Amino acid sequence: MSDFTPTEMMTIAAARALKASDVCFVGIGAPSAACNLARLTHAEGITLIYESGTIGTEPRVLPLSIGDGELCDTALTTVSVPEMFRYWLQGGRITIGFLGGAQIDRFANLNTTVVGPYDRPKVRLPGGGGAPEIAAQSGEVFITMAMGSRAFVEKLPFITSMGHGEGGDHRARLGLATKGPTRVFTDLCVMEPDPESRELTVVSLHPGVTRDQVQAACMWPLRFSAQPGETPAPTAEELAILRDLHARTKAAHAA
Amino acid sequence: MAQFLSLEDAIRACVHDGDTVAMEGFTHLIPHAAGHEIIRQGRRDLALVRMTPDLIYDQLIGMGCARALRFSWGGNPGVGSLHRFRDAVENAWPRPLAIEEHSHAAMANAYEAGAANLPFATLRGYIGTDLPKVNPNIRSVTCPFTGEVLAAVAAIRPDVAIIHAQRADRHGNVALEGIVGVQREAVLAAKRSVVTVEEIVEDFGPRSPNAVILPSWTVTAISHVPGGAYPSYAHGYYSRANAFYIAWDAIARDRDTFLAWMDANVMKKTPADFAVHARPAALAAAS
Repeated sequence: MSDFTPTEMMTIAAARALKASDVCFVGIGAPSAACNLARLTHAEGITLIYESGTIGTEPRVLPLSIGDGELCDTALTTVSVPEMFRYWLQGGRITIGFLGGAQIDRFANLNTTVVGPYDRPKVRLPGGGGAPEIAAQSGEVFITMAMGSRAFVEKLPFITSMGHGEGGDHRARLGLATKGPTRVFTDLCVMEPDPESRELTVVSLHPGVTRDQVQAACMWPLRFSAQPGETPAPTAEELAILRDLHARTKAAHAA
Repeated sequence: MAQFLSLEDAIRACVHDGDTVAMEGFTHLIPHAAGHEIIRQGRRDLALVRMTPDLIYDQLIGMGCARALRFSWGGNPGVGSLHRFRDAVENAWPRPLAIEEHSHAAMANAYEAGAANLPFATLRGYIGTDLPKVNPNIRSVTCPFTGEVLAAVAAIRPDVAIIHAQRADRHGNVALEGIVGVQREAVLAAKRSVVTVEEIVEDFGPRSPNAVILPSWTVTAISHVPGGAYPSYAHGYYSRANAFYIAWDAIARDRDTFLAWMDANVMKKTPADFAVHARPAALAAAS
């Protein structure tokens, strides 16, 4: 019935949240698609930074890795990796850290390390990479992940990157002055942390999605705002630009 | 002064069983040919260090060369798992692998501390994460000026660092450009170093006064191995073989297909076989 996929809606909703004035530290995968869509639509001039050291990059196709040559070729400048993490991230120059993850909990903590016990993991995931410090040191954090009962879980087996910890003022108690996760863009809805408890709350449902569908894809009892809105459907222009970007990317990666 | 050696001789001279080995290159300039040579020479009990183990360490781990790994992100970027790394951690195949897991920021700082001849690095890191609970080498230090408690990690001081670079000149100075990662820090932190290069030139010619150069006297051995970063890439020479990174997922998923691939493409090959990967870009550059 609809002429867009849930993944396209997720990417487009995430892209809309970015501004041309943002300095955005981009995670690979879904965040990278959203950040570049923003750059190609309403946020021309946004500064995209990848952990490989590329600052102000304008890739024509989405990178497969965070260090594809395309990122360096189109960057304003490329710095070393120690400099990237020390001067630019820890230095407090990033307004938005944009992350994905394998698992998330109600306080937007992320796990990308293991499923099962650390010493004898059932599934060994890639690990933290840049995320633990991106989550702590960016001015605020956006997260984008597809929902599902294995991804949105009651309790994380491992906290790789801190969101709001145990909720409330936990970040502040640990000395973090940054905002932490402020929005989570999924394939079904948009969530924001409650201003007091910091528990994720559904603020907007994507077109055609019901509360029951969202709850079925989440292992903890979800909170909904008093009147969740409907996420505006993708415009023809947003869809065309996103599909064009994916088509260019697919052709480039197959080469 | 750096010595010009064949890759076989450079690895034989610089990499020994039991060594701590850092083969760096952040997505770019990964020294794959050198990794293959270590596997062919049957090195054992290596303590590997690398921010992103990537395919190069998936291969070394799967072939049983490593006893330990210090790392910060062990995946196939944009594709998924490193299956040989996972099999070692989850099932101890082909042998147990002791892991010391960090974040990128900590690894980058630890290399820099090694290059700076410091015993440890400090950073505002790991706050609210579980990593310090599983890695006893993530500790803390109190700032003597402000009282702030900061994360501390031991400096990385490898026995040998191995990198790939675009060019060496005839004196053995090494020039690299593009995404330079932590390669300079890794070489300066290590006791010995091996650099494979795309080209050996008479003189670097016109360049930025701030070009990234490792002087000859900081490098142990240089080997001319065109194409030696494939399937990673060499900025200005050839692109990342993203199609191969995608194909690796199926090759490495199964032990038998992995071993068959390694036998055909590593054990029965030589460093010169990497040259085929250097050609397309050389042609592109000439057109």
